[in-house]
Amino acid sequence: MDLLTLLQLLDSAVRLATPLLLACIAGLYSERAGIFDIGLEGKMLAAAFLSAAVAYTTGNVWIGLLAGIGASLLLSAIHGIASITFRGNQLISGVAINFLAAGLTVVIAQSWFAQGGRTPQLAGAARFNPITLPFADALRDVPVIGPIYYELISGHTALVYVALVIVPLTWWILYATRFGLRLRAVGENPAAVDTAGVSVVGLRFAAVGICGVLCGIAGAYLATALQAGFTKDMSAGRGYIALAALIFAKWKPWPCLWATLLFGLLQALALRPDLIQRTLGFSVQTQLLDALPYILTVVILAGFVGKAIPPRAGGEPYVKER
Amino acid sequence: MTDSTTTAAPAIELRGISKSFGPVQANKDISIRVMPGTIHGIIGENGAGKSTLMSILYGFYKADAGEIHIAGKQVDIPDSQAAIAAGIGMVFQHFKLVETFTVLENIVLGAEDSGLLRPSLARARRELRALAEEYELNVDADALVQDIGVGMQQRVEILKALYRKADILILDEPTGVLTPAEADHLFRILENLRREGKTIILITHKLREIMEITDTVSVMRRGEMTATVKTAETSPSELAELMVGRKVLLRVDKTPAQPGRVILDVQMLNVTDTKGVHRLKDVSFQVRAGEILGIAGVSGNGQSELLEVLGGYQTASGTVLMNGDPIDLTGTKSDGQSRRARGISHVPEDRQAEGLIMDYAAWENVAFGYHHDAKYQSGILMNNAAMLADTEEKMQRFDVRPPDPKLAAKNFSGGNQQKIVLAREIEQNPDLLLIGQPTRGVDIGAIEFIHKQIVALRDQGKAILLVSVELEEILGLSDRIIVMFDGRIMGERDPARTDERELGMLMAGMTSDPDKVSTAEIEENLAHAGTGEKV
Amino acid sequence: MDVMPKWADVVLIPLISLLLAAALSAVVILAIGENPWNALKIMVEGSLGSTYGWGYTLYYATNFIFTGLAVAIAFHARMFNIGGEGQAVLGGLGVALVCLYIPFPHWSLALVAASVGAAIFGAGWAIIPAYLQAKRGSHIVITTIMFNFIAAALLNYLLVGALKPAGSMEPATGKFLPGTHLPSFQEMFSTADTVLFRGAPANVSFFVAIAACVVIWALIWRTRLGYEIRAFGHSESAAKYAGISPTKIIVISMSISGALAGMMAINNVMGEAERLVLNAVEGAGFIGIAVALMGRSHPFGVFLAAILFGFLYQGGAELALWTSIPRELIVVIQALVILFTGALDNMVRMPLERFFLARRRAAKPKPKLTPAE
Repeated sequence: MDLLTLLQLLDSAVRLATPLLLACIAGLYSERAGIFDIGLEGKMLAAAFLSAAVAYTTGNVWIGLLAGIGASLLLSAIHGIASITFRGNQLISGVAINFLAAGLTVVIAQSWFAQGGRTPQLAGAARFNPITLPFADALRDVPVIGPIYYELISGHTALVYVALVIVPLTWWILYATRFGLRLRAVGENPAAVDTAGVSVVGLRFAAVGICGVLCGIAGAYLATALQAGFTKDMSAGRGYIALAALIFAKWKPWPCLWATLLFGLLQALALRPDLIQRTLGFSVQTQLLDALPYILTVVILAGFVGKAIPPRAGGEPYVKER
Repeated sequence: MTDSTTTAAPAIELRGISKSFGPVQANKDISIRVMPGTIHGIIGENGAGKSTLMSILYGFYKADAGEIHIAGKQVDIPDSQAAIAAGIGMVFQHFKLVETFTVLENIVLGAEDSGLLRPSLARARRELRALAEEYELNVDADALVQDIGVGMQQRVEILKALYRKADILILDEPTGVLTPAEADHLFRILENLRREGKTIILITHKLREIMEITDTVSVMRRGEMTATVKTAETSPSELAELMVGRKVLLRVDKTPAQPGRVILDVQMLNVTDTKGVHRLKDVSFQVRAGEILGIAGVSGNGQSELLEVLGGYQTASGTVLMNGDPIDLTGTKSDGQSRRARGISHVPEDRQAEGLIMDYAAWENVAFGYHHDAKYQSGILMNNAAMLADTEEKMQRFDVRPPDPKLAAKNFSGGNQQKIVLAREIEQNPDLLLIGQPTRGVDIGAIEFIHKQIVALRDQGKAILLVSVELEEILGLSDRIIVMFDGRIMGERDPARTDERELGMLMAGMTSDPDKVSTAEIEENLAHAGTGEKV
Repeated sequence: MDVMPKWADVVLIPLISLLLAAALSAVVILAIGENPWNALKIMVEGSLGSTYGWGYTLYYATNFIFTGLAVAIAFHARMFNIGGEGQAVLGGLGVALVCLYIPFPHWSLALVAASVGAAIFGAGWAIIPAYLQAKRGSHIVITTIMFNFIAAALLNYLLVGALKPAGSMEPATGKFLPGTHLPSFQEMFSTADTVLFRGAPANVSFFVAIAACVVIWALIWRTRLGYEIRAFGHSESAAKYAGISPTKIIVISMSISGALAGMMAINNVMGEAERLVLNAVEGAGFIGIAVALMGRSHPFGVFLAAILFGFLYQGGAELALWTSIPRELIVVIQALVILFTGALDNMVRMPLERFFLARRRAAKPKPKLTPAE
């Protein structure tokens, strides 16, 4: 494999890793606050649909993005009301949200556009277009650094760079701010937060809200940057892969980046079976590559690659007791 | 001190507080006045409503009726935030600390100065140093809470309240997890706080503590406040009578033991738990037929693991002989079923988490652990009729109230739940009865009944291994006492020739002459004991 | 004392949840410009108005009884088996292997063998997550989700490879051997004069599903194993004390669960398609979650809820045929049922409890003086 092919592969890995990363960090906020969220998938899907639909209707992708975030936040609110206010089962609530999104997006898309549950193709300002970073063209011919800068680092959509900035930002929020301290505390022992005079409900809703915003961006990225429009079930299990990456990353921001890049690379490879055959000399079934993130997650969960210890209060509704 | 403050407004005054949970009334028209700069005790049995009252004061529950006055002004306390603002600090029985955080982070949590952590942590570090000097409250600010002992964790809780400028400090059963020496240290801290003008409310069910440290004491019974008296003008027996509503026998009536052959022989037992902590270290002892061997110790020093090993749900190395034959400690025969088959019955320490399925009806619980017995089977199905009949009979014999086999276990009172467990285990006619915390959370009337049952079983020639953190119970029931500390047996004593003080020293890991040991040494010892144990 | 009478818990709460779900679905139908009342009429007519409609309704219900029972038995052991979908996929594989390669003299023998094959494959797919949960503490919800995806990839791999007949372009197996044809309702109930259930896929496996309900009921409430499963589900620490092995209960209850999910394949793969295709399960594994929640994990409740969802699925197909409402509306209804009966249970329960408490207070003015601290 030559440098250019490698760079193209990595470039594709970054693009495919972006929605995973956004959803993974979304899950991180929620789960560090003690709210399990298997509804990342549904929130992404809902955001993908509404962002594409609104971007198409208005012709402005930024309004589409806002609409997508709104759709995702709405589902977050349902999850919050079910699991925080009414202390329901967080897993079941997540399952319900995934189905709600899977069903509603198609029902509404059909009645809105009558194109078999999809939105029309997006073009121009209704999509996020690649950004060429400064000097990318000028440096293009410099050996090694030039192609890396031009092919890999430059030329992504704005949301890719947003996702990359969110990682250090999340790290800073989590470990250097009051909000981060309280967020981590509420996921470990909500009673400690409550008796210290801080609202457990408020913190958890804030976390679930942030999760909603990030899932919204992730979904919008799918429909308006990675693809040009919404298609039925287009999240295609990415919410679950993000969840797997979160476990892989042991609920820490930087490892989330590495985990999602790895899974993004696997997805990129699955799109280029010819590359594997050329490099390794034998062909690998694409089904195996598709299943690899899931298999890896099971192996990690089984504790064969270090133990993943979730936040202690995760999944448990908080009930005041003495 | 109480005399000098009669003219001032009370630090806290409660007027006519009432609170119900569903059909149950936990607090009924309670009024109380606590003067500033005093230590006020609130004593009552388990379930008397003490903790509910304090939770109302700390904003955890909203009272159905009544008023709260702080320093003469009526206040509304809808949440903990309001309680903190009113100058109230609370040390709960179960600590409210984030175990994965440092001491400093726990203290700062909820009382940060600004959005950024760094300045808050720096200020907290400075103040912590000052508080430590003022009140003998030394802690390592950078240690993780999960790595320090329970005594230290309690100090962190007190520091949390002081850091929030609390003038009123409420402590709920603070000595339950402490050794007598640690408790003494705590009382010294409380006296320092009183000297600085803080008001302290001490909730306990231990008469000794009330007599030792409080200025005034209120007694609660069945949700009502039955009396408030000056401590100097009352006596333990009077308080006990007020608590129970009748005269109580604090001693257990029993004849001297007549030990027979060795039933249980434990040799060099060792346990290492899943975290790699060495829980039992070379434990050896014997229990004979017709005797009660009591194991004293602060909770978390290996007693629970010992019961679990003998009960069949904790693996161990070493040798255990039952009636002379070894029992399997690691293999396929090391489970509860095999133990029961060998004549070992077990009343576990925590009846709600282990001894009973709270959602099962009494009749299902009476077969629990013995559900493979032939008498409960009919073909491949279970014989529900036989289980029901059996339960009715046992409820009668152990005076379980209400005697309704179809009622779920969670709907019985603590004492009646314990009677159901006891009936199940004793009626199996075991050679050895393991019994942990037999009267925890049990009302005094049932305590007498349960103690009588244990002694009666001994008099039938059965061997009994009793684990309790209540020294009074150990001293009253046991024929021999061994003391455990940090997974080891510290020594054996004859109950007739020892006292709480000597046992207390052993429980703190001291074997030398108590008068020559410094507090620092005790603390050193305690810092290593019981760590990693959740309380 | 329990605050509510048992009937309110078992009947009233699911009923109110169902009505809430129905009301919201009606709002969705209104929002997309259709008439909910009209939609309901089409659904009832299409699914219950003829033996043909019933034939489809009961066919779907058969699938949901199996997957609902699967989720329900796992719930009793406090395991959330979200992997019914994958287990049903593997069950289909088990059925296909039996029916493709073994010639049977009579369908009854084939049914028994296929049931065993489906159960073994389904159970096998559930045992791995169960074992990992019991021995390594891997969260079973996550692992079973992962196993759904792995199952899909595995089946995909086999259907484009080893199991595809030579020369075929379609990712599917060839037709099953003739001896494996199960009698359909049409064959069983039609007389010489009247043809009933014409062309509908309902078949004899509906009765296998009913038998499974009875067996699972007896297992849960009348056997020692059921006693141990429920005890473990209520309290793991108590189960350990009583000598009930958590590993054993997790592995056994999940195996039964996986076997039941797998057995769905005797209906959809063996009874209907008579060959194995991609996506044969069509989400029935997930519907099992809604069915088990709605049926309060009781086999009789599961039976009723499965019929209800059978009605919804057949009705939904009719809706898509006659109106502009897409089939996915059913997924919305299913989501709402899961939401209200599962996650928002307390929203319905809390006001009801207050209501019953107030009524009790009124009937018995003096509150009981048993203080709880």
